[in-house]
Amino acid sequence: MDQDKREIVIPSQFLGEIKDKKAGNGTFVEKGKIYAEILGVLNNNSNYINVIPLKGRYDPVEKDFVIGIVIEAMQSSWLVDINAAYPALLHVNEVPWDIEFGETERYLNKGDSIMGKVLQVDQEKKLQITLKDRNLYKIKGGYISHVEPSKVPRIIGKKGSMISLLKKYTKCRIFVGQNGRIWIDGNEDGIKKVIETIKLIEDESLSYGLTNKIEDLLKKDTKEVH
Amino acid sequence: MKSEIKLFENGKRLDGRAPDELRKITIKAGVLHRAEGSCYLEWGGNKVMVAVYGPREAIPRHTQNPLRAIVTARYNMAAFSVDDRKRPGPDRRSREISKVISEALENVILVEKFPRATIDVNIEVLDAEAGTRCAGLTAAAVALVDAGIPMKDIPVACAAGKIDNQIVLDLGKDEDNYGSADLPIAISPRTGEILLLQMDGHLTQEEFDKAFDLVLKGCNAISEIQKKAILEKYQSEQGGN
Amino acid sequence: MTIVPSIKRDYLTKLAKNGKRADGRAFDAFRNIEIETGIVSKAEGSARVKIGNTQVLTGIKMDIGEPYPDTPETGVMTTAAELIPLASPDFEAGPPREDAIELARVVDRGIRESELIEVDKLCIEPEEKVWMVFIDIHILDYDGNLFDAASLASLAALMTTKVPAKRHDLGEDYPLPIKEPPISCTSVKFDDVVVMDPSLDEEEIAEVRLTVATDKNEDIRAMQKGLNGSFTRDEIKKVIKASIDNGKKIREQLYKSIGK
Repeated sequence: MDQDKREIVIPSQFLGEIKDKKAGNGTFVEKGKIYAEILGVLNNNSNYINVIPLKGRYDPVEKDFVIGIVIEAMQSSWLVDINAAYPALLHVNEVPWDIEFGETERYLNKGDSIMGKVLQVDQEKKLQITLKDRNLYKIKGGYISHVEPSKVPRIIGKKGSMISLLKKYTKCRIFVGQNGRIWIDGNEDGIKKVIETIKLIEDESLSYGLTNKIEDLLKKDTKEVH
Repeated sequence: MKSEIKLFENGKRLDGRAPDELRKITIKAGVLHRAEGSCYLEWGGNKVMVAVYGPREAIPRHTQNPLRAIVTARYNMAAFSVDDRKRPGPDRRSREISKVISEALENVILVEKFPRATIDVNIEVLDAEAGTRCAGLTAAAVALVDAGIPMKDIPVACAAGKIDNQIVLDLGKDEDNYGSADLPIAISPRTGEILLLQMDGHLTQEEFDKAFDLVLKGCNAISEIQKKAILEKYQSEQGGN
Repeated sequence: MTIVPSIKRDYLTKLAKNGKRADGRAFDAFRNIEIETGIVSKAEGSARVKIGNTQVLTGIKMDIGEPYPDTPETGVMTTAAELIPLASPDFEAGPPREDAIELARVVDRGIRESELIEVDKLCIEPEEKVWMVFIDIHILDYDGNLFDAASLASLAALMTTKVPAKRHDLGEDYPLPIKEPPISCTSVKFDDVVVMDPSLDEEEIAEVRLTVATDKNEDIRAMQKGLNGSFTRDEIKKVIKASIDNGKKIREQLYKSIGK
């Protein structure tokens, strides 16, 4: 029985006073009072009052791993969609291949998917990503699922507990981008199971005891996956 | 417009309402699949659907503002939403309403967080019965929250007017056409600041004050309905079984 | 523009080669259909149809006008479709582009050529006054297969339309005179696999599309091929058969929804 419910707050909701607490993410201050600025879950546990957003595009943070889809190949760079408010730029200097000027299309083309990392976010929110890291590459095969970026921590779970469960019971390779895109590879049934389970986690992300519930469900269906 | 119709009978209006009574309002958040934020609202005979897309990079480049997001509200009436079919496409009235709504919304959206971006608010009136701009703005506010857009308040709009020399809240069908003043107002409920204000007709200063007070009361009541609609959508997603 | 990741294309194709669709449907199965009529009070007739998440609202307005000179005793019918920016991040505001125009014209033909509306019963005064029927299709949510959703919404709206005679001092309002509705079924092909009622993903990778409208006698009343791919004769035959089968089921649901 889930007795405690995490508190949902909406923009303009009064959360506390500056004299008692500090204003964290998702809040704004006016005349010494702290208010929520987005629809989200209230996090009041430390000295900071934070609101974790429930909806909205991915807000890029340097060093985040993200799954991107190439929008356009240009002369010495590519434009990549990473589910943020802005497309990201991937420069030829930031990929592991040696590319001649104008040869970008031979390596990455419109519609290709990549596992990248956020390199830089400047003041005007101009974004740059990189593929230069041994964990980064052009994705081949599999399926890409989408969730609200705010639900990513839930999909990963505390110390990766949720994602480990998923991998174990479906025998799929799974990679979760901070930007709400999840790459899944395995056999057909395995991929289907992962997609369904992710949807379930997303729908019930706010309830407690979810990890156990998911484990039970996955255990039940294990016989069907070889 | 002076009318032959008696808009008041025994202290009750044509539809049976008291002078300070709102029409029935129902609001549902998050009703569309593709839109990032959406809202469906019914207000008396009005039926409005709003979809929000963004923030997303503004294209073409020259429309970008390097310091903040541009908010574009597009108010449109469906051809079948009125008595005499309306030709599809924006007319001057729709464009003016789009502008005043955009300006009201821009005030409360934290636009500095999204330089070079655009936030598109699409307001479709599917069935019209007086007060569509207030219905549109009120629904747009909910759709923006549903889209996860950061705002310092959830704006709300309502109108008051004068019929048969009486100041009344929320003009309905016929009252709109035959009344002698119409005052739609949008406010930021947290601070009471006025974000949209238009008036046409004839009001004395006392009448204006009276109408203004009524509208504020109406707005605050509607604000509760907006907030409830949002919480209903998201609270039901907790540990649902 | 929303870009389709090539991985998605590969995944859907792989599934299809094994006889499967991403949402588990059979190749010739429709998604869940919902039909609701009488939605818009200002319209003479209206209906909202959902096929899966795709949502279309059609409103019917009627007015009196002049007949076309070559058909002086026949009512007039026009169909318009709006792909409003509300329905998809890729729809832009502005005058209708070819997709909206094609959609309107295909739905229009399906209705006109099947003589669904008995336009010869819409004459008020020969050469002077006839009833005009305006069909306005408003796409609210685009998740694949606008043709069938728009067509079905238009049919349901027309079948519940009341001619506004009273407003024009021509007697009491009465139901718009209509005959049997043709039901439209759309299929797409990608990588030699043909599926019916394409989801948004399937539509995005489709090479060619075929819409077939059939009537209750299993006759064909309208067809439209779209996109730049091609069909074989055999594939077309199979699509016609599946359209007739689904057409039957949908027609039944349509009649039920309008209370017949």
